[in-house]
Amino acid sequence: MIEQFFAQMPALVIVLPLLAAPVCVLLHRAALAWFVYLITAWACFGLAFLLFVQVKIGGPISYAMGGWPPPFGIELVLDSFNTVVLLLVTGIGAICSLYAKASVAAEIARERAYLFYAAMLLCLCGLAGITVTGDAFNLFVFLEISSLSSYGLIAMGAKRRALLSAFQYLIMGTIGGTFMLIGIGFLYMMTGSLNMADIAERLPAVADTRTVEAGLAFIVVGASLKFALFPLHVWLPNAYTYAPSSVSAFIAATATKVAVYALMRFLFTVFGAAYAFDELPLGEVLLVLAVVAMLSGSMAAIFQTDLKRLLAWSSIAQIGYIVMGFALASSAGITASVTHMVNHGIIKGALFMAAGALFWRLRTISLSDIAGLGKHMPWTSAAFVLAGLSLIGVPATGGFISKWVLLEAVIEPGHYWLAVAILVSSLMALIYIGRVVESLYFRERPEGQAVPGEAPPIMLVATWTLVLANIAIGVHATPLVGAAERAATALLGGGA
Amino acid sequence: MNEIWLALLVGFPAVMSLAVAASGRWPNLRETVSIATSIALFAGVASFIGPVTAGARPSVTLLEVLPGIGLTFTLEPLGLLFALVASGLWSLTTLYAAGYMRGNEEHAQTRFFVCFALAISAAIGIAFAGNLLTLFIFYEMLTLSTYPLVTHHGDTESRNGGRVYLGILLTTSIGFFLPAIIITYLVSGSITFTAGGLFGNAGLSVLGAGALYVLFLYGTGKAALMPFHRWLPAAMVAPTPVSALLHAVAVVKAGVFIVLKLTVYVFGVDYLAETGASQLMRWVAAITVLGASLIAMTRDNLKARLAYSTVSQLSYIVLGATMASSLGILGGGMHIAMHAFAKITLFFCAGAIYTATHRKYVSELDGLGYAMPITFSAFFIASLSLVGIPPMGGVWSKWYLMEGAADAGQSALIVVLAISSLLNIVYLLEIPTRAFFHNPRPDTPRRWQEAPWACVIPLSITAAGSIVWFLYPLPFLQLLAPWAPQ
Repeated sequence: MIEQFFAQMPALVIVLPLLAAPVCVLLHRAALAWFVYLITAWACFGLAFLLFVQVKIGGPISYAMGGWPPPFGIELVLDSFNTVVLLLVTGIGAICSLYAKASVAAEIARERAYLFYAAMLLCLCGLAGITVTGDAFNLFVFLEISSLSSYGLIAMGAKRRALLSAFQYLIMGTIGGTFMLIGIGFLYMMTGSLNMADIAERLPAVADTRTVEAGLAFIVVGASLKFALFPLHVWLPNAYTYAPSSVSAFIAATATKVAVYALMRFLFTVFGAAYAFDELPLGEVLLVLAVVAMLSGSMAAIFQTDLKRLLAWSSIAQIGYIVMGFALASSAGITASVTHMVNHGIIKGALFMAAGALFWRLRTISLSDIAGLGKHMPWTSAAFVLAGLSLIGVPATGGFISKWVLLEAVIEPGHYWLAVAILVSSLMALIYIGRVVESLYFRERPEGQAVPGEAPPIMLVATWTLVLANIAIGVHATPLVGAAERAATALLGGGA
Repeated sequence: MNEIWLALLVGFPAVMSLAVAASGRWPNLRETVSIATSIALFAGVASFIGPVTAGARPSVTLLEVLPGIGLTFTLEPLGLLFALVASGLWSLTTLYAAGYMRGNEEHAQTRFFVCFALAISAAIGIAFAGNLLTLFIFYEMLTLSTYPLVTHHGDTESRNGGRVYLGILLTTSIGFFLPAIIITYLVSGSITFTAGGLFGNAGLSVLGAGALYVLFLYGTGKAALMPFHRWLPAAMVAPTPVSALLHAVAVVKAGVFIVLKLTVYVFGVDYLAETGASQLMRWVAAITVLGASLIAMTRDNLKARLAYSTVSQLSYIVLGATMASSLGILGGGMHIAMHAFAKITLFFCAGAIYTATHRKYVSELDGLGYAMPITFSAFFIASLSLVGIPPMGGVWSKWYLMEGAADAGQSALIVVLAISSLLNIVYLLEIPTRAFFHNPRPDTPRRWQEAPWACVIPLSITAAGSIVWFLYPLPFLQLLAPWAPQ
């Protein structure tokens, strides 16, 4: 019985949220739907943890959906790389489920709340699906599930601008998805297979064709659109700014990371590092774009007056760090990428949650309206400051660990100009986080503005869980960096 | 001696800061907790004097931060010296701060004492750090915990001061120090402080070693080398006890202590002497010594003048490090202590003058000496110590620094030190001279008008310290014996 359960875990992590979503719709009551969402999200987190441990001990798992053996049926593959990403996605999902209740009650009409929870579950299902699947077409399907649900979620934002932002995201996201599909189609055309491992085996025979090269190009551009790599980032600031708080926190922390995961999976597992980075100049292109993203994103963040928009631009910059890591195509580089995926997920989750807590009280989030709140909302403000320090890369935080591993990865092969870009971008983070801190602590409450109390405890608990996790990683990063190193080994074809 | 005590001592003030916060409603209890903590901390640190002098190097690793790199505390003589100075003067400063903060009716006193305790915790962490990563963690903790102290008043002026403070210290540390640590790690395979240095067989070119040394020294923004010194005058917007302990002792001494520590345990004195990798920074330090003294002469604001004097004096210690001679290390190490006693006295006096008369400009002090004789006598003693005139402790450190310069064949540095002493006379002794010999302004009090006793007693003790260390410098010589002449 228990072995049966263990054997089915890879499927359960997708099936549970997929089934729970219609249950939410049927239940219809906001409180009940939330409860279903909460239980499902934590169950998925538990499953992800068990899978992580199982892979760490026993090596990669292959699961045949419906009993159809790969490469004919859909295969779920779990290795050292995607279990880390899965753990991040479900972990953030679980913490968001705590956070969501109070925030949703304030931002979304009561009679539509059940739809919100259903869409959150579908989004979770889609992201988890992308992570665990070993089938290229199936990856596209899950990508669409997560994207469609997130369009809906963003459109539920309180302001009317949310509709426009969701529409903008829909157009860009669909283009991205379609590009991925075209790329996968090209690969299918040349290899006759959709199973990633199978394509990888058959690809070398046809690698020198224009079709495969075009396929790679389509996949790279499509995925880059999804994770908002400069200059394909224009949809992101609006989408993050106008989405409901818990959606911003969840999507900012997970969706872009999963899209990066998908691209890395294609580049390293399907095409192979040698093909993508040695035969084609993909590494150089990505490095340049990463640097531009880091600098321009941070620069734009400095000039924002809306807190959530500031964080969104910062995300664009942070994606640059992640891309820079894997674009080096070295073991150290991939380690840095994976480390920063997790750290940035946690940091941005915490920052958006703190911003959401401010929004919950004030119904606005512009830097001038949050002035002087350090005194009145001390816990929320302190959480924001601590997570912000991590973004700058102050030691004893997760962000420092990311920076350390990434600097090691770029200095080792002598790319000093990349190191300079990383440091300059970190210092720009100091400026934009500093602006928020000054607004919170050094300005008086504007005349006639409300003097609010602290946010609800449950929101603080969720935010502080992430903040403390971030500090825990900062003082004891060996498990995370170890997992990231194993992921790098798995991706570069060194076995587990 | 149990090694775990090292970690406990680092954590102790941080933990006690919670007690300080909890007792915030009863100021007397709160200050008692602070003073008791500082005395206990000093006693704890002092208990290591015996073993360390005997050659023990206790070490403890708490956690593995990154694979192969731990949160490690290791005690060696320089760290012990710095920890003793910081914790010893903390207890006096707490007493002084109680008098000053109440005398000036400052707000948010509990936050003030809490941050103070955290800052001391960070300073002890720096003193005990066993590798560069641990050092860096506590370095940034010190920057961040002192930021609320610098911006204590919360007005526009302190916000701007805070911007400069945080901006320069974080920029230099993240921009220069962090890459320097990583390059060290990649080149030598280790970031653990090791006697004799890490680069002996690492195959680092002279140019590379020189560049790395520059990166490290400018990365240590707290050492206030020009042109990254502006944060220190900016930090003077803080209440005076902060300027006294943190910006004359704990924070700035952390900076120069790190310079000494890097020189001895990362590069190695012999390695620097052979390669000459420290030459460039030697001249940067010399320029800072003279340049900051010249700026100090132009400052009428007493605290600003003292701040520039500190910038100048810090570079004495950097000079000691960069001359790559063990006598220089000895002189630099002693100057950490001597300058600490003298400069904290000067700041205590500046605060006492402000508390008693609300004057903060040098030109307002004419004839004030008869109303505040104790304060200005202490000021006079401490000034002499900085100039380096017997019978004050400052003589010893200057003596060894000059001897080190001669030993390293750097007679130009002797000239720099001599000129600097003359400049010190001009801008420091002007103040007691004005107080005692100039005609008082009409509104200057003639009668006894000293600051509260809680202010006067600490400054008398530290001034007396300057004399005592002249007569009895043996403790420092014993502690720094590894670098003393045989």
